[in-house]
Amino acid sequence: MNVWITLLIAGGLTFLTRVSFIALLGRLNTPLWFTRLLRFVPPAVLSAIIFRDVLLPDDALALSPGNLKLIAAIVAVIVAWRTKNTLLTIAVGMLVLLVLTLATN
Amino acid sequence: MRLREFINGVRAELPILAGAFPFGVIYGVLSMQSGQLTQGQAQAMSSIIFAGSAQFIAAQLFKDGATALVIILTVFVVNLRHALYSASCAPHFKHLSTRWKLLLAYLLTDEAYAVGIIRYHDDGLDNVHRHWYFLGAGLVLWVFWQISTAFGIFVGTQINASVRSFLEFALPLTFIALVVPNLKDRGGVVAALVGGISIVLVNDLPYRSGLLVAAALGITFGFIVDSLKPQVRP
Repeated sequence: MNVWITLLIAGGLTFLTRVSFIALLGRLNTPLWFTRLLRFVPPAVLSAIIFRDVLLPDDALALSPGNLKLIAAIVAVIVAWRTKNTLLTIAVGMLVLLVLTLATN
Repeated sequence: MRLREFINGVRAELPILAGAFPFGVIYGVLSMQSGQLTQGQAQAMSSIIFAGSAQFIAAQLFKDGATALVIILTVFVVNLRHALYSASCAPHFKHLSTRWKLLLAYLLTDEAYAVGIIRYHDDGLDNVHRHWYFLGAGLVLWVFWQISTAFGIFVGTQINASVRSFLEFALPLTFIALVVPNLKDRGGVVAALVGGISIVLVNDLPYRSGLLVAAALGITFGFIVDSLKPQVRP
């Protein structure tokens, strides 16, 4: 199939996913428990992406200290926790990974 | 008031751009390495699909010569988490016009959602202009995503595997910066830990559906733990 058609269908489905509940719930009343449930969407989804990217490079579990991203991520978690500063967290995490990479080469 | 919300949304999103930019550049480079996409197609994907990780996977699948059906299905499943974001935003967007709902839904990415939803959780005040905050966050990310992917597509040269792996680290770092400061109660901590640990166990599920299963487990356990605490009644 044509690349453009593939892109348009994939994009269309993505948009439908995004608009789904926003369009539907406008007509319904949300029960209170559902609203409470949804508060846990950000930590659950984003944390799963974090763990996947850090612990599963190339889709294989890497739990050893040789996994430099794991060490840099732990430092970043501490920085984020103590400072609540987004830019500082990203900068320190990248810097730690860079230094560790250069030091072990 | 509207303008101030909009500008505050833009400002809240700015630090996130530092993490999104390298990610966009790598997508651009990667999509060109696939050899199956023209520059126009690769750039158009940034506005048609507008979802970083799905675009990465799509570029990879085009390179591998996957069929259209597999590409469409994989992008769909990888992006299904946006339905959770949609459900989460829906009660807050309820009063908006259809045009606003469509616009904000189009801009509903990980990064815009994570920043925008905090504005709704943050303050209980009856501020009716918070969707402008969401628009500011979503729009500035959209613009930067187009620029960064264009940079990778039209300017980026070859990036070797280790540089790519290094730059890719910007994404989990961005999410760490978004998640950790907002872990304010036991339910949230449990949701994050269970979601994170689960992905290690279910990552191999087909069509990258593992992420959804892990997210569902995290949300469920967070909710259960939250329900166990004594309810404070006014």
